[in-house]
Parts: sequence; C-alpha cells; structure tokens
Amino acid sequence: MNSFEYGAPTSLPEAISLLSPRWGPTEILAGGTDLVALMKDYAVTPRRLVSLKRLPGMGAIAWSPSKGLRVGALATLDELARHPAVVRHYPALAQALGDAASPQIRNRATVGGNLCQRPRCWYFRNGYGLLALDSRKRSLVLLGDNRYHAILGNGGPAYFVSPSTIAPTLVALGARVRVAGPGRSPGLPASRLIALESFYRAPTKEGQREHALRPDEVLVELSVPPPGGSRIAYYEVRQKHGFDWPFATATVRLDLAGEKVASAVVMMGHVAPTPWRSREAEGALAGQVPTDALAAAAGRAAVGPAKSLGQNGYKIAIAQVAVERAVLLAAGLAAGAPWQEAAS
Amino acid sequence: MSAYDWPPAGQRRILGTDVARIDAPAKASGRAAYTHDVRLAGMLYARTVRCPHAHARVKKIDLSAAERIPGFKAAFVVQGTGTEIFWAGDDVVAVAAEDEHAAEMAMRAVAVEYQVLPHLVVDSSADVPAAFSKPMDPELVGDPDGAFAKADAVAEGDYGLPVITHCCLETHGSVAAWGKDSLEMHVSTQAVAGVPEQLALALKVPQSQIRVHAPYVGSAYGSKLAADRWGLSAAHLSKQAGGAPVRLVLDRREEQEVAGCRPSTYAHVKVGAQKDGTLVAWQSTSWGTGGLGGGAEPPLPYLFRIPNQRRQHTQVVNNIGSARSMRAPHNPQACLVTLGALDDLAAKLGMDPVALLRKNLGLLSAHADVYAEELGVADKLMQWSKRWKPRGTMSKGEVRQGLGVSMHAWPGKAHPFQCDLTIQPDGTVSVRAGTQDLGTGTRTVMAIVAAETLGLPVKAIHVAIGDSAYPVSAASGGSGTVGGSASAVRRAAVDAVAELLARVAPALGVAASKLELAEGSVRVKGGGPSLTWKQACSKLGGLPLSVRGKNPGAGALADSGVGGVQMADVSVDVRTGVVRLHKLVAVQDCGLVVDRKTTTSQVYGSLVMGIGYSLYEEKLMDQNLGRCLNPNMEFYRLCGIGDVGELVVHLMSGPSYDRRGVIGCGEPAVISPGTAISNAVANAIGVRVPHLPLTPDRVLAALSGATP
Amino acid sequence: MAKAKTKAALSGPGKVPVSVLVNGLTRKAELEPCITLLDALREHWGLTGAKRVCDRATCGACTVLVNGARVYACGLLAIDVQGDEITTVESLDQGGALDPVQEAFVAADALQCGFCTCGFVVSATAFLAENPDPTPAQIRKGMCGNLCRCGTYVGVQEAVSAAAKALSKAARPPARRAGGKR
Repeated sequence: MNSFEYGAPTSLPEAISLLSPRWGPTEILAGGTDLVALMKDYAVTPRRLVSLKRLPGMGAIAWSPSKGLRVGALATLDELARHPAVVRHYPALAQALGDAASPQIRNRATVGGNLCQRPRCWYFRNGYGLLALDSRKRSLVLLGDNRYHAILGNGGPAYFVSPSTIAPTLVALGARVRVAGPGRSPGLPASRLIALESFYRAPTKEGQREHALRPDEVLVELSVPPPGGSRIAYYEVRQKHGFDWPFATATVRLDLAGEKVASAVVMMGHVAPTPWRSREAEGALAGQVPTDALAAAAGRAAVGPAKSLGQNGYKIAIAQVAVERAVLLAAGLAAGAPWQEAAS
Repeated sequence: MSAYDWPPAGQRRILGTDVARIDAPAKASGRAAYTHDVRLAGMLYARTVRCPHAHARVKKIDLSAAERIPGFKAAFVVQGTGTEIFWAGDDVVAVAAEDEHAAEMAMRAVAVEYQVLPHLVVDSSADVPAAFSKPMDPELVGDPDGAFAKADAVAEGDYGLPVITHCCLETHGSVAAWGKDSLEMHVSTQAVAGVPEQLALALKVPQSQIRVHAPYVGSAYGSKLAADRWGLSAAHLSKQAGGAPVRLVLDRREEQEVAGCRPSTYAHVKVGAQKDGTLVAWQSTSWGTGGLGGGAEPPLPYLFRIPNQRRQHTQVVNNIGSARSMRAPHNPQACLVTLGALDDLAAKLGMDPVALLRKNLGLLSAHADVYAEELGVADKLMQWSKRWKPRGTMSKGEVRQGLGVSMHAWPGKAHPFQCDLTIQPDGTVSVRAGTQDLGTGTRTVMAIVAAETLGLPVKAIHVAIGDSAYPVSAASGGSGTVGGSASAVRRAAVDAVAELLARVAPALGVAASKLELAEGSVRVKGGGPSLTWKQACSKLGGLPLSVRGKNPGAGALADSGVGGVQMADVSVDVRTGVVRLHKLVAVQDCGLVVDRKTTTSQVYGSLVMGIGYSLYEEKLMDQNLGRCLNPNMEFYRLCGIGDVGELVVHLMSGPSYDRRGVIGCGEPAVISPGTAISNAVANAIGVRVPHLPLTPDRVLAALSGATP
Repeated sequence: MAKAKTKAALSGPGKVPVSVLVNGLTRKAELEPCITLLDALREHWGLTGAKRVCDRATCGACTVLVNGARVYACGLLAIDVQGDEITTVESLDQGGALDPVQEAFVAADALQCGFCTCGFVVSATAFLAENPDPTPAQIRKGMCGNLCRCGTYVGVQEAVSAAAKALSKAARPPARRAGGKR
C-alpha cells in the first residue's frame, strides 16, 4: 500500500480537525479490518489515516429499559454480540452479529466500521472504481460477472450490494447513529443524529460514498430504541457454514394486534446498494393473520420489483425465500421446518 | 522371498500403526522454517511487474522512475520490448529493493506500455473463435451407432468442471543468493532435486554449482514442479545486486492468477446400456482449457472400457495462465463426466447406481475384485442398501436428501528415490534424501521404515530432506514418494543391518551369519551373548556405517494401481439451492500402509479438497477485462471446518493388500468427491446439475429446467 | 485536509519509530506507518510463526492475540497496536515443550503442510479460553476463521476437543480470557 501519515488523536475535536473536508485524502482507522485491505488493493489511497483508538469512552455499551441500547462506535462486534442486553432484548441482532464473518473479525471489527464498511464488489476491490465504469462509461458489472450484485434498487449506476450484515436488522430496530463533525468553533464539534435508515444511499457519481457521513465527520455512537413488544427475526441464506457472504438476508419485525399484524418492517440485506426496506412486503403483511401462505405472499411481494442483471436472477428466488422464512420465524410458525435443521 | 521383503503382518512393530508426524512439533510451534520464513543477512525483497492484459505486446519499458525509488537495488526485464504476452499477470519486469515496501513502490513505478491484442479467457462453451480452438481428431472404437441403436436405454447429459486453482497456502517463491560462481536457493518446491537442472539450463550455470533447499513446503498439489519465471528472476536479481540474497515470493493475487490452474472439462455425453445395466456404447463431445499450453484432455470414458465409443475433444487454447498438474490430473474431470453419465443412465434404467457399477466391473482394466469388496464396505458405512431410493424419491419437501456413489483408480507408482542411511558409532541413525515433504508425511514414512528395520523407536531416526545436495530423488508427483521412499529406506536399512552385523561379529567372536538384530539388540541366533544397539554400534570403531538405498522400481516393496469407492450423503434446500454435505464415505485401497495416521490424513485431505471443488471453488475470469475476478481467498472460496460434514475413511487392509507393497495414496481420493456429491444432488432433487461447483445459482437453474 | 492545529503526533509518511509489546518484550523498529503487524513480526522481529497467506483478513494463518483476543495480524497496522499486548505462537512453547493445544494438534495429526497450523493453534488457544468445554458444533463455529487447504479439519476438530479435555484436567486457570478491551 502507499505510504501515508498516521495520527492517533486523543480527543474527538482533534480527530475531526485531522480529517479532510473531501473524500479521498483521509480515512478513519478503527478496527482496520476493511480499511487495511482496501489500501492494500489500492481501492482507497489516503494520504493520512486518523486512528480513533486513543479516543476515550468510544467503545462503551450501555442499556436501559427506557432508552434502549447505546453503543460506542468503537465497540467490537464481539462485545456487542455478547452483551447481556443484546442477547436478551435483541436476539435477532445478536444472531446477525454472531453470524458475521469470523471470530477473528468480530474481535477486531468495530460497530462503526461495520456500518461504514465498503462494498465487496469485485470490480471495486480489483481497482476499477466503486461504480466500475470502463473508459466508455459502460458498467463493468453489467458487462461482466454480476452473480453477487444487486437485484433491487439496481437501476444504476451503483450495482454493488451493501455489505453490512447487521445494518438491515438495526434499521428494522429503528436504530440511529450520532455523527460528529466540525462545529462553529474549533474544539466544539457539531453532532447530528441520523436515522440509520436514511444513513445509507446509493452513490450516483464516482467519489461519493455509500452513506451520509461527511468526509470530516466521525460516526460516534449507535443507539437502538427498546424493542417493545415487537417480534423480530433474522434469516440469512449463505452457502458455507462459516465466514461467507450471504446471498440475501431478511429481518422481519412484526407488531401484532391480537392475531393480526398491526405493522411490519421488512428489511433485506445483500440485495441492493443500501439496506433495503420492502414496503411491498410490509403492505402484504399489514392487517393479516400470519400464516404460511401470508409468509409466502410477503416473500413474493418483497421481490416484486426485483430484476436480474444477467447472472444474479437466482438471488431473486433466494431473497424471496429469506423474507418468507424470516416472516415464519418472526411469527413463530417455523417450528420443525426442515430448513431450520439444515441450516444449523 | 528376499531379505528386503516387508516383515510379515505379525512381526511388524511400527509399520501400519498410527505414528504421529515427526515434524509436527516443528510445525505446530512455528519453528519449521519455510521458504517464506528464510531471513538472510542483507536480504533484498523483490516484486514483479505483471501484464494487466490477457493478450498484449510489450511496446516500451521505462525503469527510470523505479530506479529513483529510495531503496531500489536492481531490476530484471523478464519479457522485454516486443514480447507477446499471453495471459494477464505474466511476468514483465522484476525489481529488488531494500525492503518490501520499497520493492512494491518500485514495482508500481515501472512504466510499461502495451499494445493490447484480442483475448479469450472464458471456456464454458466449445463454440469459440477458431483461433482459440484446437479440435482433436475424433476417436472411434467398435460400432457406437449400431450399439446405441440396439441399446435398451440411452442417457444423454452435460457435465463439467471449471478451472480451479491449487491455492497453495505458501505462495510460490524463493530466496536466491549467488556466491562467487555458485547459486544457492531456497525454493518452495515439490522437486528439490529437479529444480537445479531447470535453473542450470536457464541460467547457463553448471548444475553442480547450484544448490536448492526446501526443508518445509507449504503445500504444492502439483503446482510447484518448476523453477518458474519468478524463480529465475530472483536468481538474476541476486546476481545483479552483487550476490545479495533476494527474496521473491508471490502475493496471494499472483498466486491465484498465475501459479495454479487445473484445466476445465465440459462434455456432452451419450451412454447406452442393455436392460440389465451392461454398458454397450459411449459418445462424448468434450472441451476444456488448460490455457495456452493446452493439456486438458481427460481420459474418457473413465475406468470402464465400454466396447463401442466415439469421442471427440477440443482444446480451448485461451489467454489464461498455463495449466499445472493438480492432484490426480484429469481424473476428477474424467470421473464426473463418466460416472455422472452412468448415474444418469442408472436413473433412466430405474437401477440402483451401485448395481450398475457392479454389473460393469468386468469392463475395468484392473482390480475388479478390489472394487467389488470396496463397494460392499462403502455400502455398510453409508447404509446405502437400506437407505437408497430412486432419484427424486428419497424425501419430499423443501429440504431433500440424496445419496451418490463414485469410484476411481490411481497408479501411485513408486518413483526413483535414493537415500543415505548412516549409523554412527554412538548409535545415532540418520537418513538423508533429496526429497521433500509437502505435508504428505515423507519424513515420517522414512523414519518409520528405518526404525522398523533397525529395531529402533521412530524418534531414534533423524531424517534430513529438502536439500538437492542429498541423494537424488524424484519430484513428488503421482503419489510416488511414499513408495519410492519406503522401498529405498527399507533396502538401505536392511543393508545397514547386514553391514552392522558383519562389523560387530568379530567382537562377539562368531560369524556374521550367526547374528541377528532382534528386540533392539544384536545377538547370536538361538541364544548366546548379545549387545545392546549402542554397544553394537560402538564396535564400529571410528568409522560410521553408511549405505545408499535405492528404489529399484516396481517389485515386492512397492507397487502401483489402487482403487477407491466413495459415497456421499447430501441435503439440498430446493428453495435456495444450497447444498449441504452430511457425510462422505471413502473406502480406499493403498496397498501396504506405512503410517495409518498420515495415510488417513491424506485421504481426509483429498475429501476436503474434493468437497471444495464440488461446492465452492471456481476461478472466475471476466471476458471483458481478461482478468481473474477472485484472486483472493474471499471469493475463491475454500472449505471451512463447518462445511465438511462427517468424513469416514476406511483403508482397505489385509494380506491381499499388503502383499502388493506400498502404493501412493495422496491423490486417488480427490478424484471421486465431485462425482459422488453431484450424483447425490441428482438423487436428491431428481435432476442433474450439470456443472460443478454446485452453487445455488446452478442448482436452482437445474431445478427450473434450464440447460447449461 | 486541515493543517491540524493539534497536539496529536502525526507520524510519517516515511519510517518512524514503532514499538510494540510482543510476548512480553518490547520490540522496536523503524517502520512506515503502512507496515502491518504481521509484516513487522515476520520481517523485523523474526517471529515467523504467523504466516502471510491471504493477506486480506480471510484465512487465519496470521492469527495472533491482541490483548487476549484472537485477530488477523495482516489486518492491523503495527503503528496502531502500540500500547497493546501481542501474543504470538512463539510464546506458547517456551523452553521447547509444546503446550497442550500444540500437543493435541500433533497427536490428532491436525496438520499436513503446516503452513496454516500456527494460526489454528493460536486461534484454538483463544477459543478454548472463551469456551473451555465446547461441543463439536461450537468447535465448528468457533474455528471457522481459519482455513486449511490440505484439509485437516477432522484432525483440528479432534485436537480442539482433546485440548479442551487436557486443559481442564490440568485445571489451568484461563490465562488469556478473551473479551477484554481492545
């Protein structure tokens, strides 16, 4: 990788002051599990790295029944997955965390880093740019091998899939992130809260990022409201047992009124350039009594707008099944299903 | 009966038992020094500028910016201006610098201009432009048309395996250091005695002036037989840098792009049989790529000499790195194409595929009795007869079970091998050979055979290998090392015993013929005085005893030709296309087993590699870019510990296997997993998934009735 | 980027002094900030047990412990682990005697070419500290961050299981409890 300048500030204002107001010259180093690989592949070539490791208190995890969960951006995936409150109150999140990558990654990767990690698109990682356009502005993804690319929200020019396996579940949980950037006066950073759902965006130009963070902002905290009485389930389809990217994930949140679904949130992962909310599936579920047939209908609705890029049509079938099964799990209808056994 | 013969079953102390690998402590502690771990004083680090185009001509090379990088030491132009380059990643310029970072910066500062030429890097269709296609002459045996016309059942189908890579964990590489006019190299190689010749020819140096070391090798699987362009670059750079040691090891991207490639094979097959399953006719149209060099023709039909055949194969000669032999070359491909087709034929006949295989054992060229016995053992271990049901009827619902069977053969012939066995007057014993241990257990096998023969414990034998200055032995390929080493060490040790007895006899005052080596001591036959091992060796005087052992070729000590049978148990989620392997049974014949533990490990390892290429592995090439899309271990996906299911290995043993002697076992078991698993998936879901790896996209496509 | 009016020490580009605590010893070198912990261990401090294989935090051959937790050394910058405590495979068999995890790998033949083995051993050591009595399923999940091309997983499964028993028999206190602050 290229040479760069390394800074390890000891305060947030100092960290912010070291960041460039435009993307490219600086990068934030947290766990480094993604950034170091990106730099080795010259997918990013910062001139300065700003390490957050000396910032005090940014790895704390706190829980209260009234406020929910507050997670410092530097908490590791492993710390969050093992936190008693997560295990007890957010089992779907614990599962998504526990299935992510490998123990070695979970020990190092931070929550903030996970939410801001860059896409795994092989054109991007092989140095052809985030939007992977050739010299004639044609998409290498459309021309080439798109078997793992987006089936939803794939009108272009971004065709990669959002890589975080926990972001969709966090969106379903109503999570927000607090980001801090330069304030009116130096030493007094301005901070803003962003709903995680609107944190992600599909870039339309090369040089843009996949999220709303500004180049000189730091993601400092994740907050997750109390889960209330919702029933939430996470289901992912991947081929290998361990350390493999899913083809599709689904997180389904059901709030029941009596036997019927009062409201539903259906989030899909690894299917679109952002964590994908399926209003269609939510609409199919609302007001209905959960049954096998309803779950199937939700799955079909979820992939209604999906389209193949050529080689990734199979992901439509898989995403449909993921939503269907997540609905069954959330509704408590999956007991004894052979696919539960097979996946263990 | 010769003095060299293996001791009879009742008299073996160590042979055939479970002996822990003697170099395992070094490997488990990090003390084992591989080529990657060699650190020499003043060592420079080298990197290679590689062509980014799949086909191009070098127009201009400008080294000036590279030379200005701080720490730059030397550059060597591998393929200069005007050279035509035939695959992306091929070596153009190698540079050496003080440290790795400087070498990387210098490499990136080399400016090369290319004239880009048309390329082809894909191969999944035989329908490629003529420039990339080399059709071979059709081959005809008997009267296939007549036989098909008379056949009771004919099955037709498509089968294929893509290009995969060896993915050695220790990437290819070397450390080269010139002396005044001699070259010393550490090379990650499976041919420690063969590499010097290649270097001598290419560098125009007397071979006697070249010495190669490879004490530990981080695997090879057939890909590390050559000195390679980058090996020569390291030597050239060292020379240019005044003899400073130069380390040039590939990074993962290079390893995946240019240092390992198993040829693909695709085929359309028609096979016919009589009602009772007797095979009568075969027809195959096949193609595949081994890159520019070709070399991708599989032996079709595999194992079964079907009386009437028509075969036509086309070499796709495209712009990917040349093929390297990979663990049982061509066999996994031929096996899937053939035994996949036979499985489809059995389904068409409504027959249990095991019954179809049994029916046709007479068409095998050898070892029909072995296969018959192995099919029986595998049946018991898999409960096949109790569990098997016709295709698509094993179970219903979203997750379906299936069973599949396959069988394979492998020569495993002992290769040339020489060793020196030395007994010192203090009783210590060493065996040296110019061979290598790729993780197969060569060191351990040598120690076992010496210990068995000398009546000593395994730990008393010091084994030294991985040095071309030691007695010349062949490259490790074809599973020939175990037979060669066992045979050579046995003969050396038997001769050493004879010489020891002769030299000790005067001290005991009897003729050597009256002495025997037994229970760790030298004693007079039938009772009388005896000497402990140490006492006996002390009688050697000041002169150690050293004998050369040589494998004389096939004979009573080592043989060739093994058979194996495998059965797979899978489940398929027919909604997602995800295949899970639950159990894989491998029944393997390997003649006389020297070390049960490492032999079993070889079979386990073959199964795991087999599961990998069945379910996950594929070198993906982008035709538009001409480059590999997954030159990493993230999307070039290997099996993990959770993916292998239950593995059951049964080594055939007993007098009829023992008497054939030692036969190599490193490769055969990698042949069948693809076929057994593919057949099991077909049994589960009712249709053939034509091409490996059995990823969800392929499984779902087959379920939806798509053709490849 | 801002001309930082800051007290923060900015290091590099170019070689800067780096010191890291490895196996209880402070190791120093002049390194570019871009040098990974793995390369510092291997190229500068002579600790070659951790191997460079995928070099992209995928395969586990470079597994080391940072403050007791297993991580991929190829994904860390040496300059960024200053102040942390690094443990490598070389610390396990001090005095030449293998520790129980290593012994178990040897006995179960959980290695062939051996290039992945040190990574597996370190990973298993951390895994067993977290989970001293694992089920086979927990071993499969817990050891999924290490890949072996020779296919020694049956041996690894057996070795980790046997090491758990050996360690509990020795009633060794869990010296390297993972899950601490990193």
